[in-house]
Amino acid sequence: MWVYEKKLQYPVRVSKCDPRMAKYLMEQYGGADGELAAALRYLNQRYTIPDKVIGLLTDIGTEEFAHLEMIATMIYKLTKDATPEQLREVGLGDHYVAHDSALFYQNAAGVPWTAAYIQAKGDPIADLYEDIAAEEKARATYQWLIDITDDVDLQDSLKFLREREIIHSLRFREAVEILKEKRDEKIFY
Amino acid sequence: MNKALDNEFYQLLHELQSVDFVLVELNLYLDTHPMDANAIQQYNHYAQLRQKIAQLYESKYGPLQNFGQSYSSTPWCWNDAPWPWQV
Repeated sequence: MWVYEKKLQYPVRVSKCDPRMAKYLMEQYGGADGELAAALRYLNQRYTIPDKVIGLLTDIGTEEFAHLEMIATMIYKLTKDATPEQLREVGLGDHYVAHDSALFYQNAAGVPWTAAYIQAKGDPIADLYEDIAAEEKARATYQWLIDITDDVDLQDSLKFLREREIIHSLRFREAVEILKEKRDEKIFY
Repeated sequence: MNKALDNEFYQLLHELQSVDFVLVELNLYLDTHPMDANAIQQYNHYAQLRQKIAQLYESKYGPLQNFGQSYSSTPWCWNDAPWPWQV
């Protein structure tokens, strides 16, 4: 069961109409290391991970949906006043004819999201390493996104998301240690 | 219900987002540090503070959550804008 809360996790402000930046941000909307992939990856892994880590996967998976909503808000705000002409100029002409100004789960290059982005190996350590790698790749992507825009309002929200990836990575690393400790426990009969 | 997005709206929203950030952080930390009584105390303290701020916010700007987690005035006001991406 999930309950929706009618607010963003962190404010999203943009200082100008910038459809080109919106296109780049789609990498974190429907890309391989984006927020949709993250949320679905963690929530899906819960069913086969030891009990001690289910809470963490549930909570981080849930937070990823809040991040997905922040990215959606950025794309929405950056494109809502753009004309078809402006969209075409930045390479969103293809997007416009298929979706008008609707959001779509695709990466910055227009490749639709696929479940192949998600690994689920059933091996707890392998799955958690996958999660750590995903967080680090998302952190790197946020850095490139921050570097490629001069919109300080947008940068502020992107920096928040970058920092969250660092925390998630840290927590997943701790989860690995928890599972290793449990694995190495000596069993006495 | 006053839905005008005045300064107070943004101030209260910011307050709520701040406290909720503390709670998310403590929640994730406690998921991997379940024996930290100090952090649990902080978590419970902020959970209580959160309720107060959310109650004040909802009394002025409408329900935050669906499915019976928030009260509604008449007419049903869950559908009312603004939605989070509109503020």
